[in-house]
Amino acid sequence: MSAKDRILAKLRGSLVGTTPVADDYDAGLLTEPWRYAADDRIARLRSMLEAVHGETQLTTQADWPQRALEALAARNIGELLVSPDTAHGQQLAAHVAASAAGLRLKAYHQPVEAWKEELFFRTPASLTGTLGGIAATGSLVLWPTPQEPRLMSLVPPLHIALLKASEVRDNLYELMHAQHWASGMPTNALLVSGPSKTADIQQTLAYGAHGPKELLVLILEDA
Amino acid sequence: MSAMTDVPAVPIAFKRNAREALADPQLRRNFRGAMDFLMDKRRVQFPDGDELERLRAFGNRVRARALSKLPELLERLDANLSRNGVKVHWAETVEEANAIVHRIVEQHAAKKVIKGKSMVSEEMEMNHYLGERGVDCLESDMGEFIVQLREEKPSHIIMPAIHLNVGQVASLFHDKLEVDYTEDVDRLIQIGRETLRRNFFEADIGVSGVNFAVAETGTLLLVENEGNGRMSTTVPPVHIAVTGIEKVVENLRDVIPLLSLLTRSATGQAITTYVNMISGPRKADELDGPQEVHLVLLDNGRSQAFADGELRQTLNCIRCGACMNHCPVYTRIGGHAYGTVYPGPIGKIVTPHMLGLDTTRDLPTASSMCGACGEVCPVKIPIPALLRRLREEAVRAPEAVPHHMRGQGSKYSKKEAMLWKAWRKLNTSPALYRAFSFAGTRLSALMPSNIGPWTEHRSAPKPAARSLHELAREHLGED
Ligand code: SF4
Repeated sequence: MSAKDRILAKLRGSLVGTTPVADDYDAGLLTEPWRYAADDRIARLRSMLEAVHGETQLTTQADWPQRALEALAARNIGELLVSPDTAHGQQLAAHVAASAAGLRLKAYHQPVEAWKEELFFRTPASLTGTLGGIAATGSLVLWPTPQEPRLMSLVPPLHIALLKASEVRDNLYELMHAQHWASGMPTNALLVSGPSKTADIQQTLAYGAHGPKELLVLILEDA
Repeated sequence: MSAMTDVPAVPIAFKRNAREALADPQLRRNFRGAMDFLMDKRRVQFPDGDELERLRAFGNRVRARALSKLPELLERLDANLSRNGVKVHWAETVEEANAIVHRIVEQHAAKKVIKGKSMVSEEMEMNHYLGERGVDCLESDMGEFIVQLREEKPSHIIMPAIHLNVGQVASLFHDKLEVDYTEDVDRLIQIGRETLRRNFFEADIGVSGVNFAVAETGTLLLVENEGNGRMSTTVPPVHIAVTGIEKVVENLRDVIPLLSLLTRSATGQAITTYVNMISGPRKADELDGPQEVHLVLLDNGRSQAFADGELRQTLNCIRCGACMNHCPVYTRIGGHAYGTVYPGPIGKIVTPHMLGLDTTRDLPTASSMCGACGEVCPVKIPIPALLRRLREEAVRAPEAVPHHMRGQGSKYSKKEAMLWKAWRKLNTSPALYRAFSFAGTRLSALMPSNIGPWTEHRSAPKPAARSLHELAREHLGED
């Protein structure tokens, strides 16, 4: 018998004569206290994110590239990691080309092993899309893709995320349900709620522990 | 199989540790401050008492349901993870679990392991095991990193370095990392970040724990604030997750109430910065993430707790740490005094299954039974009732029932058992009781002033001249 067989046999033996507990899942408890009127939804998300040092800006589909450029310029950042294979990446590239900003765009188009050093030490900022947001907790939903891999939202000190206002849900339950998570999960799914932080030294909060020091969320009100 | 050795277990020197901790004013200040902070943070997260109680009941049902189908769910988890490309391993003991990890390490000729926070890896003493075999294990959670630099163990399951204040961390970094002394926490964290960053991508293997393992989808869910968990599970070419067999839940949606209870109870956060859900290794077209993902499912005494309907509730635990934050004993003596990986109330009820009641014989009695732990536990584990039960198991006569707990009866004493028997007889036989109280009151002058441990911190009781029964009877005019 393998360890697996022995463990399972022991557990089964202990359950003889018992009946499984019924599933009386109470979705109402996870949704009703966490519902927001359409007008308040984005405000809630912003206040939750800002309470944990996330920065948010309301903008539009047309204007966000300029906002991103301004945010980078304000921080003296001359280089941005962004995917050229996404619609938003292409929109940004066109905007950069038409402007005099001189921002260098670079792509994550090789396996991480091939450019670890550069990713870790010479990539000051990244921009990615999101799959939506959660108002209750001020969270972004990311399902990294081959175009926007996992480390893109983790390693660079500044992460700029695009969030479509129409894709913000009230709570995690509604989001999981609407996006059919249970029918197939990706390699990695993430909820991101603010920049990286720690309170491990005498309960004193410090931002920028191992992940991004800053998170800027550009909320596209008309998308 | 776990070896039931005949070597007498050496009990943890709890009483000595506790005395030492109580005599350390710095330690007591650090814990008092930290616990007040964590209790306040939790309170703010649950403004609606009704919502809290309903959510606790919900969390309890979700855990109870998972445990009521545990073998089936574990098999489903195994099947779904395997289908996703994750290699699942099973271990009955920590020795087996360590050997599994070491085998993977050897297959990859790995020299360096980076770890996210994992209490199960502490339970396994994985750092030590791999260290002895020439493999470096570096902790990447800031608190764990600090504790490792001090060659200590975590003193809290959520905040490992909670026993230290900023000055102590500043001196540590100054001594060990050769940086200028600074008490600026932002600067200290940046020093930690810089030190660890290179290690993430030099590591051959990343190790993490698991907060919830979802049977339905084959998903491992991890919560964290720092990003070190995401780093450890994404950057190295191999990821090994280690967890206890009880961590499984049935459906993906089951994590929603548990996640809310966990982060709000633990650190008073609506949600942690990251909720990281891993369902497989890197796919052919993906550019990062580990090429291999392993899950080690560890029993280590959990199936023993599972065997008993009452003790099974121990396995509801979602390791939030709220019971220790609210425990008057933990707050005063800190985490190290327990001498176990899991300190505080949860440690007292879970460790006896891992190490045996003989080794841990003082833990179930290290409680004032104030009940705070049971009141705050987000999954409603009746911790005080389980402590009482373990006390009973510890003194159960060896021949009374077949042994189902390791170390059961380790506190059994014939003399004590006989005394209790006599006490029962005395209190259930009216004639005897009357004679006793008559003697007790009339001979009160003979009461010794030193009656062992009782009088160490209290004055000796002085029996009244006449018993309450007598006075009552007189009052009612019965005599
Ligand atoms: S026993 Fe309850 S309160 Fe204590 S750590 Fe576990 S879940 Fe939290």
